[in-house]
Amino acid sequence: MADRIIHGHVGIGDTVTGPALVADDNFSARYDLNRIDGTFSREAHKLYGESYLGKVLILNIAKGGVATAWMLYEMAARDRAPLALVLNYANPIMAQGAAHADFPLLDRFDCDITAAVKTGDQVTVDPAAGRIIVHE
Amino acid sequence: MKLTDYEESIRAGDMGEPRRLALEHQIKVGQFFDAEDLVEISQVHLMADTESLGVAGVEFLERVAGYPKDERRTMVPTVTDPRGTDFNAYKRMKQQDDWVDLERRAIAAFQSLDVMMTDTCINYQVIIPPVQGEHVAFGDTGSSIYTNSVLGARTNFEGGPSALAAALTGRTPRYGFHLDERRRGTARYVLETRPQDWADWGAAGGIIGRNMGSYWEVPVIDGVDGTPTSDEMKHFGAAMASFGSTPLFHMVGVTPEAPSLETVFDGAPPDPIPITRTDIDAFYDSYGVSDDQLDVVVFAAPQLSLFELQRLGHLLDGRKVNDAITLIAATAPEIKNAADRMGITAKIEDAGGILLEGVCFYQMYAREMGEANGWKRLMSNSAKIVNILGGYGYEPVLSTMERCVDSAVAGRIV
Repeated sequence: MADRIIHGHVGIGDTVTGPALVADDNFSARYDLNRIDGTFSREAHKLYGESYLGKVLILNIAKGGVATAWMLYEMAARDRAPLALVLNYANPIMAQGAAHADFPLLDRFDCDITAAVKTGDQVTVDPAAGRIIVHE
Repeated sequence: MKLTDYEESIRAGDMGEPRRLALEHQIKVGQFFDAEDLVEISQVHLMADTESLGVAGVEFLERVAGYPKDERRTMVPTVTDPRGTDFNAYKRMKQQDDWVDLERRAIAAFQSLDVMMTDTCINYQVIIPPVQGEHVAFGDTGSSIYTNSVLGARTNFEGGPSALAAALTGRTPRYGFHLDERRRGTARYVLETRPQDWADWGAAGGIIGRNMGSYWEVPVIDGVDGTPTSDEMKHFGAAMASFGSTPLFHMVGVTPEAPSLETVFDGAPPDPIPITRTDIDAFYDSYGVSDDQLDVVVFAAPQLSLFELQRLGHLLDGRKVNDAITLIAATAPEIKNAADRMGITAKIEDAGGILLEGVCFYQMYAREMGEANGWKRLMSNSAKIVNILGGYGYEPVLSTMERCVDSAVAGRIV
């Protein structure tokens, strides 16, 4: 099958390719993650217990506090950041954290990105072009 | 983005590398949100706890601090959010020495940038509250939502790196809630019950925050029976921002940009969503537990005002916290000084409570601190903190300040 291209807004960071980890849930590094072992630690989160390491993390919206802006940089320095973050709607904190860490971030698609991509799909996130490619 | 001659000069490096890097950061963020230019700001509130910074973040600050003084000093007054460590209490909290060392390094770096270590998330109550229409760059979601909503000043959520960039350039990208059009109402709620307590206000804010679909939604609250106090607005906004990533609400007849329902919406107001006493009770129940076990009671997030501390002192006066329970309250250093002078600290600590200054519980390596102290079941009157701490391995319970204190004294949830 041909690759599928989904268009969003121009993002931040370099192009990366990897397996998707997807949920119709929201995201905050402080609220949701165990940043030591690289898993989701909030029991109420749909990805609870899942490792996000090496994954393109695809979720609905950014939520919660401002800590993620520092944390993405710190997580990347310890190889404890996901491969990229893809959201239906980012907030300034995610954009500021991505800009500080040169971390791939993409949002504002022409569809619900959490429904358009499945966990395990191999995807390329191309922030400069504002698109995600699903390799099928 | 369109830059002024002055900003082009910063970008060219004429004012040093830290300001050049700060401006490049702001351009990246501005382009992400389609900002057309930058807006000058009058003050910065900087989130700076070392749990978030980590070693890498502190090393970044130290690199900035290594530049000459005229290149590294802030261009507008810049104050800090809570730290991760109270140096007078870290041993009681069983915090690790390496965290304390990191904290000292971060403070030294910030001070060399001329950042004022106010260490408070309630800068709008303790330091200098902005006025309506003033553009600022505030970190801490609770501080931002109060500033936008209650004061009518203008800020986006400015995380640490962007707040630092704003401090170094004296401006921030003009997008989001700096713009008139982003400040219009998008959803409407009616409070059909008057919240009776700070925790009730937090619950009501949490309910609305949970419903918000993104950062860009602006809830309008109608039907409020009587003007809320500053502390009630504080809990309401902090919870809304925490549950929903929401930076602005309007309260009809109360907040400055909502004199009437008609003025705050473009077009006809949407159908209202009611918030009832049943909804608030259900919110409490969502943090219910099946037994009465209790380890720690926390009053923080936001830090307590002088009025909240006075009430806590009254509730604890002449009583004794059960030996099996730890009771912690956190406030700003300026308020701690006042509480010391006024005998409020003595009431809390004579009862066995701990009053921390310049920190907030969830910013103190809460996971590791909980494990070191054997804390799992936590009780608080802060909807914001119960929202956060679920991800840190705690079993949080939300209740009123009175019931939290009664439980701390009894040694079990009452």
